[in-house]
Amino acid sequence: MNRLKLFIPLAVFVAIGILFWVGLGKEDKDVLPSPLIGKPFPQFILKTVESGEETNHLPEEPVLVNVWATWCPTCKAEHAFLNKLAEEQGIKIVGINYKDDDFKAKQWLKAYGNPYLFNIADPDGQLGLELGVYGAPETFLVDSQGIIRAKHVGDLNATVWEKLGPEFEALK
Amino acid sequence: MKKFVLIFCVCLTLPAWAVVEGYKYQFDSQRETDRFNQLAEDLRCPKCQNQNLADSNAPVASDMREKVYEMMQAGKTDEEIVGYMVERYGDFVNYTPPVKSKTLFLWLGPVAVFVIGLLVLAMIRRGQKQALQPLTEEEKERLNALKNKADTK
Repeated sequence: MNRLKLFIPLAVFVAIGILFWVGLGKEDKDVLPSPLIGKPFPQFILKTVESGEETNHLPEEPVLVNVWATWCPTCKAEHAFLNKLAEEQGIKIVGINYKDDDFKAKQWLKAYGNPYLFNIADPDGQLGLELGVYGAPETFLVDSQGIIRAKHVGDLNATVWEKLGPEFEALK
Repeated sequence: MKKFVLIFCVCLTLPAWAVVEGYKYQFDSQRETDRFNQLAEDLRCPKCQNQNLADSNAPVASDMREKVYEMMQAGKTDEEIVGYMVERYGDFVNYTPPVKSKTLFLWLGPVAVFVIGLLVLAMIRRGQKQALQPLTEEEKERLNALKNKADTK
C-alpha cells in the first residue's frame, strides 16, 4: 500500500498532463459556442454601403452573412476565397461592414473584388452586438426563413468550407 | 513622509476600481454608478478572454459597455442586462454562470479539490502520529538484537 502511495504524484502529473494536452491542443480554443444558432436573424434597419439606402431584411434564400472590416487583416486573407465562392459556386453572400467607414469599404471592394450581393453598413457595431460578434471575420449560415443555422469565427477557407459547404447545400 | 507614502499606496489601488473610459458614462446617483461598475466587472469580454468589461480596451467591450449604459438608462434591471448579453454571447460572458450540468465542474471543482486536500492532509497527519508511537516489546527486542549484532561485528 505504502509503495503504491509513491505513485500518487506520478498519477497526478499524468492527469494534469492529459488535461493540458487536450485543452491546449484543441483547435480554435478561443471560439465560443454561439447561443444564436436556431434563432432568427436579428431585426435591423441599416443603410447599405453601396447605395446608402436603408434595408431591413436579408434575401429570402439561404445566404452566407459575412462580417468584415477594412481594419481586419484576416478579412483580407479570406477575401480571395469569398470571391471564389461567389464566382465559381454562385454562393450568395451578404456582407456586414462592421465598425468601418463606407468610403474605405468601397475602395476595398473596388481593389479586391466584390463577392457580396450587398453590404450592410454597421458603423457602430449595433448589429454586430445583436449577432454576438466579437471579432471579424465571422460568417453566419442563414436559411431562407431567416434562421441562423451555423456560425464560423475566423477566416473562411477551403478546409473550413469542406465542413460548412455541405451544411449550406443542405439548406437549399 | 509617512502620510505621503500612504496616499501613494492608496493611489496605486485606484486603477483597480476604474472602468476603462468610465468617464463617458455619467449617472445621477452614486448608486447607479456603482451598479454600472459592478455590471462592467461581472461581464466578461468575449474577445480578450479573462478580462472583464471594466478592464478591456477591445472595441467589442466598448460597445458592450455602451449597451449596458443604454439599458440602464432605459430602466432595465441587472438580470435583464446580463440576460441580454448571455442571449447573444452565451454563458461565457457571465462571470457567475448559472449552475447547470455543463458548469457543475466549475462550481464543484474547487470544493472537490479542497476536500481532496483535506483528505491528503489527514492521511499525512495519521502517518506522522503512527510513526511517533513507542516501540512494542517485540520491536524493542528486535532492535536490541540488531544492535548487538552490529556491535559484535
